[in-house]
Amino acid sequence: MTALLSVQNLSVSFTTYGRTAEVLKAVSLDVPQGAQVALVGESGSGKSVTMKAIMGLLPQPPARIHAGKIMFDGRDLLTLPERERVALRGTAMSMVFQDPMSSLNPVWTIQDQLSTILKYADRRLGRDRDRKGRRARVLDVLTQVRMREPERVAASYPIILSGGMRQRVLIAMALLSEPRLLIADEPGTALDVTTQAQILKLLRDLVEAQGLALLMITHNLGVVRETSNTVYVMNKGEIVESGPTDRIFAAPQQQYTRDLIAAVPRLTGRVTT
Amino acid sequence: MTPALEIRNIIKTFAIRNAIGRVSGAVKAVDDVSFTIPPGGVYGLAGESGSGKSTIARMIMGLTTPDSGDILIDGVSILTKAERGRVQMVFQNPGASLNPRRTVGQSVMVPLVAHRFQGDRKARIGDLLDMVQLPRHFADRYPHELSGGQKQRVAIARALAVSPRLLVLDEPTSALDVSVQARVIDLLENLGQQLGLTYLFISHDLSLMRNFAATVGILYLGKIVETGPVAGVFERPQHDYTRLLLASVPVISAEEAAMRPVIPLINGELPTAEDLMALRKGLNAKENPR
Amino acid sequence: MSEVQALSNSYQNWYRFSRNPTAVIGLVIVVLCVLAAIFAPHITPYPDHVGAVVDFRNRHQPPSAAHWFGTDNVGRDIFTRVIFGFRVSLSLAFVVLIIAVPLGTLMGLLAGYFGGWTEIIIMRLTDVALALPPLIMALAVAAVLEPSLMNAMLAIASLWWTWHTRLIYSIVRQIRAQEYIEAAETLGASKVHILLREILPNCASAIAVKTSLDAGFVILIGASLSFLGLGIQPPTPDLGTMVATGASFLPDYWWESLLPGTAILFVALGFNLLGDGLRDLFDVEDVR
Repeated sequence: MTALLSVQNLSVSFTTYGRTAEVLKAVSLDVPQGAQVALVGESGSGKSVTMKAIMGLLPQPPARIHAGKIMFDGRDLLTLPERERVALRGTAMSMVFQDPMSSLNPVWTIQDQLSTILKYADRRLGRDRDRKGRRARVLDVLTQVRMREPERVAASYPIILSGGMRQRVLIAMALLSEPRLLIADEPGTALDVTTQAQILKLLRDLVEAQGLALLMITHNLGVVRETSNTVYVMNKGEIVESGPTDRIFAAPQQQYTRDLIAAVPRLTGRVTT
Repeated sequence: MTPALEIRNIIKTFAIRNAIGRVSGAVKAVDDVSFTIPPGGVYGLAGESGSGKSTIARMIMGLTTPDSGDILIDGVSILTKAERGRVQMVFQNPGASLNPRRTVGQSVMVPLVAHRFQGDRKARIGDLLDMVQLPRHFADRYPHELSGGQKQRVAIARALAVSPRLLVLDEPTSALDVSVQARVIDLLENLGQQLGLTYLFISHDLSLMRNFAATVGILYLGKIVETGPVAGVFERPQHDYTRLLLASVPVISAEEAAMRPVIPLINGELPTAEDLMALRKGLNAKENPR
Repeated sequence: MSEVQALSNSYQNWYRFSRNPTAVIGLVIVVLCVLAAIFAPHITPYPDHVGAVVDFRNRHQPPSAAHWFGTDNVGRDIFTRVIFGFRVSLSLAFVVLIIAVPLGTLMGLLAGYFGGWTEIIIMRLTDVALALPPLIMALAVAAVLEPSLMNAMLAIASLWWTWHTRLIYSIVRQIRAQEYIEAAETLGASKVHILLREILPNCASAIAVKTSLDAGFVILIGASLSFLGLGIQPPTPDLGTMVATGASFLPDYWWESLLPGTAILFVALGFNLLGDGLRDLFDVEDVR
């Protein structure tokens, strides 16, 4: 069975101030239908660039995708006409942004923001839904992300919501058009550890209940272990190692992976070697 | 033996102002907190946002004053006589705590000038850079030319410039990659032993705290809800909030997962701290916990 | 981190600046005008025409090979007088700005950092000063004191600093909230050090932009004042005076008024383009 998302030998270069650097070198990864995949790397590893390339959010220039394919549902996103590419974004393939503080427009209510996003997504999909239908759908997704009082939250401005609630709103935003692939960019990094734990559990439950595919971008190995069954380890623009999460943590093959795992402090105290 | 740092019953309340500026209430950021750190010890203060940890740090540094209670460094109250030289701070975000328009050397020079360091200042800067394992020519570099880990080393060098006895570390590695974090923590440990430093380590990262602090205090809404040697608190947590914190930490090994407390779910979710403690009190009968 | 050596700030800045065509044009114009003003006696064809020289046989001559800008009503070469006129305009702009910029910056620093009564007094003072139109103020001063261009420009300077205070004040308020200022305070740095060594360098880009844009404005105001009659005593050439005297001969001897006017446009445009270019350069930097 072919994967829902398949990145094949993607190579990207960046040109700034007259100098060119290779940011991604033949990166390949697969996200099968319903799978939970993590892309882990430190800063500068290229994981954000990969994610942006998949979503089509990479500004070219200064970036340039000069090799590779991004297959979604059997079609190469890089060769699709712009209109079809845009139609996919936010509908079949949807992103949960990292920073809940800056991703929500402070002068619009949650209801207005989500309804507007839904309106444009419907247009791209050729679906007809009236205002009432949109309001209902917005309340529906807010309930799915376990908001305690969905109507009150919908009528609120982002500024009065807590960090955890705003992150849930971002997840709700991503779920609006019933996507098949959810890309989560470091979810919960800006939040307290207890709130983050709630958000991660929510994501896991949603993904399992709705059979979505999840691609999680993170630098935190603990998050990887708890949210994914397959992991791709990235360093300096290359995939260093990949495989089932359990196997990678129990028996890492590459030195970089071994070093990375060894550097993580343990809750049980010092690892005596 | 006189403790290096003693916090005695400090209280700090902030007024809540509404949009016009009228005072509409008060919030106790720090609610009767006390703890001591022996000389050369490492005390970890664990808490999330709103716990009061930043306020405590700022009071120790003399940036705010407590409403009541006392803070003593080496047995001397700093409220009556401010003594900046004895205690210094390393801030959380190395990118933000260094002035982008000043070179590394100029930034490290600031405390030397402020405390009227006698002696060759340039040489002292060189020595400090050696201590944090940075090449001496970095003194001419600007912060944006340095990596996160290097910037944090500069911040450490700056904090050590006038030989303080106590160092307050406010989330010193949370903005850094995990491999860089390990090296910075190693550096702090070595320096601590070499120079006989006492550390107050403020962090929300419990795994880090387990490996770096000797004693830990769990801070929740301005109160220390649990305290003790770090192994004991982590392996046998008594307070609900401690249990919730431990259960929330994402861990990478099965044995760590096994040592974490099990928290009952409410409505299929991990409860918030208030919910959990209300549950304990039996006041919140939302749903029967599984 | 990255293996690629980070490029120095100045290289990055020059790279971006040089890719902006209008900014480079502005810089070239400003440099040309400044050099022309400095080397005026050496590059002009009739350097003695700035003195008390009359040549009535050659008066009102249109632009030609011998006189690039033509001659005026007493036969003097207009091109030469325009170049010397740059000297007057640029030095007056210099005088105004050398007073207004440091004074305004200092007031803005004090008001922004200390707050409280310092802030209230300084900012209310600027409010009053900003309500007075500079040109009218200059004329009022001329009516009271001796009507010289220098007096008029000093009157302008006495109001001009308030714009800089406003600008620096808002920037300092933002910077004051930054963590590196808190760090400096924690380290025990003195207030003077924080103001001059920590905050001021971060205002440098805003000051550079505003000063270049101001130079253009001040030159225009100086020219307006001399047009209105507050000019330097003849026979010293002054662009505004030249426009005024030439105006009475329009439209027949158009070059006597229009060409000095174009020179004013030219130098003011140069400073505006330079200021805009600097602003574009530093805006991106701040966003980064």
